[in-house]
This record gives sequence, structure tokens and C-alpha cells, in this order.
Amino acid sequence: MKYIDEYRNKALVKNLVKKIEDVVRGEVSLMEVCGGHTWAIQKFGIPSLLPENIRLLSGPGCPVCVTSKRFIDQAVAYSRLDDVIIATFGDLVRVPGSSSSLDLEKSKGADVRMVYSVIEALDIAKKHPDKKVIFLGIGFETTAPGTAAGIKNAAAQEADNFFVLSSHKVMPPAMGALIDEGVKIDGYIAPGHVSTITGSGIYADIPEKYGVACVISGFEPVDILQSVYMLLQQINKQVYTVEIQYRRTVKPEGNQLALQIMDEVFEPVDDWWRGFGILPASGLGIRDRYSRFDANRMIPVEVEETADEKGCICGEILKGVKKPHDCKLFGKVCNTTNPVGACMVSHEGACNAYFRFNA
Amino acid sequence: MHTLISDLFIKHFDNAVLTQQGDSAILDLPPGKTAFTTDSYVIDPVFFPGGDIGKLAVCGTVNDLAVAGAMPRYITAAFIIEEGLPMQDLERIVSSMAKEAAKANVMIVTGDTKVVNKGQCDKLFINTAGIGELDPSHTHIASGETMEAGDKIILNGPIAQHGMAIMAARNFGNFNTSIQSDCNCLNHLVRDVLNTGARIKFMRDATRGGLATVMCEMASHRELGVLVNEEDVPVDDNVRGMCELLGFDPFYVANEGKLVMVVHPEDTDKVIRTMKNHPLGKQAAVIGELTPDHPGQATLQTAIGGKRIIDMLAGEQLPRIC
Repeated sequence: MKYIDEYRNKALVKNLVKKIEDVVRGEVSLMEVCGGHTWAIQKFGIPSLLPENIRLLSGPGCPVCVTSKRFIDQAVAYSRLDDVIIATFGDLVRVPGSSSSLDLEKSKGADVRMVYSVIEALDIAKKHPDKKVIFLGIGFETTAPGTAAGIKNAAAQEADNFFVLSSHKVMPPAMGALIDEGVKIDGYIAPGHVSTITGSGIYADIPEKYGVACVISGFEPVDILQSVYMLLQQINKQVYTVEIQYRRTVKPEGNQLALQIMDEVFEPVDDWWRGFGILPASGLGIRDRYSRFDANRMIPVEVEETADEKGCICGEILKGVKKPHDCKLFGKVCNTTNPVGACMVSHEGACNAYFRFNA
Repeated sequence: MHTLISDLFIKHFDNAVLTQQGDSAILDLPPGKTAFTTDSYVIDPVFFPGGDIGKLAVCGTVNDLAVAGAMPRYITAAFIIEEGLPMQDLERIVSSMAKEAAKANVMIVTGDTKVVNKGQCDKLFINTAGIGELDPSHTHIASGETMEAGDKIILNGPIAQHGMAIMAARNFGNFNTSIQSDCNCLNHLVRDVLNTGARIKFMRDATRGGLATVMCEMASHRELGVLVNEEDVPVDDNVRGMCELLGFDPFYVANEGKLVMVVHPEDTDKVIRTMKNHPLGKQAAVIGELTPDHPGQATLQTAIGGKRIIDMLAGEQLPRIC
């Protein structure tokens, strides 16, 4: 398949692995921030190709994983209302809340629909004027512009029954917070899709303030291995900078139109991250001028008290401090059929990827 | 109801056993072992590129018999029809079943029809059961009890067509694609292979749960290792493209005309040659082997040369966020 096979070329992969083996010195810890990277790394079996002294850590970039349990509980509470249709990305439906999940509510009769984009949710709203359609807005800078565009469209079309429950987040605060907390990272494999929107400027602090290497990577095996090689070169030379490996998509200035729409609809708010707690200006709240689409403000609902699962170390796994195998629940109580923590649910979650590909 | 039976079912399924219209079909079966199977078919939409629920109901049951090493002979057909289903749709489905049964050389010998109120079923549900003759020399195939390390794993063609055709037909993700379901009866292909005398140790059709699920089942029930080479597993480009875009793994996507055979290594060439001579085996390939190491585990040698395990899918495949 064109534009895919080239990046899965066995000879190129072999060549890159050889180059990596040649330049790696000592123990190196690299963190892939994005859940898409975690998934690709495990799916292609990349750890089995790399030298043992390179540790790949999975970071906080799986949207489902960092989302608070309260958000799920609120979505569950909404789904129980008779006049509500929940429109959501597929990953979210199986995430356990305090006492239920959207999947469970769906089996009891709630109207929960899987969508691929906010536009589909808006279509559902138009087809069901007697219902309130709540789109669950999660994800980072990759999905936030889409949600923003959806809200703008809803405003233009006067879709008064369309709402968004936003838990959108931005990436850089968590990347900084990790190093502030003392997690040892020599280099970041920075998220390719987030950077397509934001450009490379948002990571400037990583090399400048923290002295940590940073390469924005694509999602195919050749991309990831080339990024590892580029990181090793920065580490060896001790010259840290933000480099773009994923040049076919990422421009240094990003996608200005998407950024504009995002800024018009959302404003930075303090937000809660699993594993981190509240990080300042790390979330995206809906601005006042679009508040009539904000489910949080427009549709009051009673949400149960958040109950935390005992023994789950998703938080530490998201910070790269622990690996899934370090968790007592991993593979036993917590598995893909009965996930305890959010990291076991999404394909982008570290526990899910380790469980499925690397047990 | 009598008109429905005579005008529709007898007209299309016409055969000597059915036209007796007794409470039971009276069958001729040779002495010896018999294979017997049943399955219910519910699918949305009932018509899809490459088939319909009727064709699926015949192929599914024929294939379950065929992969047990049996020669399918008779099938039953029971219909649960939602009130309001257009008559021409029902006729199209019944005629497609008749056509498929004729192709597979099986007789539809008895059946039943119930009509339920609107909303009590989704358009049409079909149950088929089937009986096949089982040669005593093939009784080991269903259980796979003779499988051993070193045996080769053969697949008859490209995977994931059925599941992705259904996704596209449901307009999932607004796709416009040429993907056709691979829904087909495999009994003639299986017969050709068995007639060569090749030592077939195990067969399974890779339906729901896809190829990956069959690999996991093989690994678990014989405590052998399964090693699959990703590069050798055929996947059509249009199917791969749609899977990539939607975030699906083709290994877990359903097939309705694909089977896996475990074959004695010395008989591999013979089996591949025979399959390639059949229209449903043109892209047959050896995709892996059974290994003494990692018993109970299915491992994938990835296209780039890495290794990872193949796990059972929990629940449905869910599309990813980004």
C-alpha cells in the first residue's frame, strides 16, 4: 500500500536498527508521549528489535487514560437521562467509571452511539431534534480543533440540541510536569499528530529548560526507529533541540487555521490528569460566547461520588515511573475483558498494548 | 402460510425430500460417522456487497461441516421474519440460498417460518443446521488431536474482506469502497485438498474474531506454539487501507470464506498447488507453523521483523480516537 509500505520496509528497518546499535551508549530512557506511538511500537514488535539498554517508556498521551473518572461518571449520568443521546469516540465506551460504564448503560437501554467525528454527532442532533445530543470531547490538540469546528458549525446551524462535554487537554504541561516530578527521561518521542496542529514551538522548553532531547515522530516503524536514532545523536552530542522527523506532515508553524478555531472556541483551564492531579492551564474549557453548547453549564445532572479503584497504578504507568508488569492487577484482575484502570481499555493505553502484544 | 411455503420455499428449494412435506425430512445416509452443526444468522444489513443473509446462512453451515472434514449433504432452514419485510426481499434471499445450496451440492430438506411483530426481530433471522458424511479417516480433523510441532499453517486467501464490506455497507465512516465480502462455500475446495491424500491435521474457518482468534485457539487447545509470519498473510490493499484508516487490525476482522489448515510439512506443496487450482484458493499461502516453544501462545513475526504475541480479542474491536 502506497505511503505505508515504504515506512514498513524491512531492509530500512534493519539498517536503522544497526545504526541505533552502533551509536547507543549506556542506559537510555526514551518516552513516547502519544498513545498512538505506544500502540504502533507494540503492534510492530519494535522493543524486540531494539538493544536492551534502550528503555521505551509510555507517557501520558492516551486521551482515554488521562481522563478523569468523574468525566466518565458524568457521561454515565447523562446517558441515563431519557432525552439524551451520547455520541462518543469508540475507546471511551468501555472505560469503567465509579460504578458503571457507557457500555453497561448502553446494554441497559441508554442511547450511546459511536462516532468517528464531531460532525457525525451534529448530524445525529439534526436528525433527532427532540433529543439532546451530547458529544464527549476528549483528546489533545489533535481532536480539539475538530470539536471546536463542530461547535462553530452548530452555532451557524443553530443546532440548539447539540452539546459538548469537554475534557480536551493540551500536551505540553504534562510533558514538563513529568520532568519536574523527577522522572528520568533522556529523550521525548514527541507526538506527531498533536504537532501537526501545534507546530514544533510548543516543546521549546523541553530541550531549553530541561535539557532533554525531543524529536517529533511519525507513527510507522521506520519513523519511530529514525526518531530513536535522532534522539540518540542529540543525547550523545549533548546538544538538545526540537527536531521534526515527521516532516511529511508536521510544519514548524503548525496548522494556523486549526489553532485559530481552537482558540476561538476554547480557553485554557486548569484540568485534572490521572497520575498528575491538577495541572495549570492544561485543559480546554468552552469559552463563554459558546456556553450554550457546553453540556456542563447547560444540562445539570447529579453525578455520583468518585470511587477510586484499589491497587491500580495507572497513574504511575502514565508517568513512566512503572511498567504495566509492575502492577499487581495486571493480567489477573485487570485484563482487556474486564479492565480495572483506563490504561487497559484503549488500544493506546500502555496496559492494553502490553497485555495484547507483549504478555 | 401455505402459499408462502409453496410459492416461495418449495419453488426455490425444490428437491425430492422437501416436496414430501412431512413433519420430518427422511434422509439417506451411509453407515458410519455423521457431522452435525447449527448456526443462527443475524446481520445488518441483510444485503451486502458480495452476498446476503441467505447466502451467508448456507455458506456458514456448509463451511462448519466442511472444516470438520465432512461432506455436507443436507441442511435445514428456519426463518424468523419481521412483519413488514418486503416480499421481494424475502424472495431474493430465498433464491440466493437456493443458488448457493445448488453450488455447494447440498439439499435444503426441511424448514420453518415464523412471522413476528415489527420490532421483535431485525428484518430477518435465519437458522440453518446441516448434516455431513464423515469419512472415518477424517475424524481427527475437527479436534486437531494429531497436530504436532513442525506442521505448517495454510490459509486459502486474503483476510478481513467480509468484516470490512459489512462496515462499508453500514456506511461506517462514510466509506465508498469496492470491498466485497468473501462469503462462499468452501466444501469443494476442502474436498479437492482431502482427495489428494495430504495429511490434514486440523481445519477451522476463520469467521468471527478473524484469523487471530483461530491462531489463539490452536495454540491453546494443543499446548503448542503457533508462529505466524505477518508478511505471508494476504490482505488486499483496499481492505488494508480501510483498516488503517479506521484503526482496525485485519487479523481480528471476520471472514466468511477463509479457512486455516494445519498440514504435515511434507504435504504443504501438494495442498498449496491444489488450492491454487480452485477459484477460492488462488492466493493460498503458508502463513506459519506450529512450534515446540512458547506452548499455548500464538506469536506474530511482524512485517518489519519484530515479534509480538497474538491475543484473543476481548469484546468488539473499537475504533481509536486519533
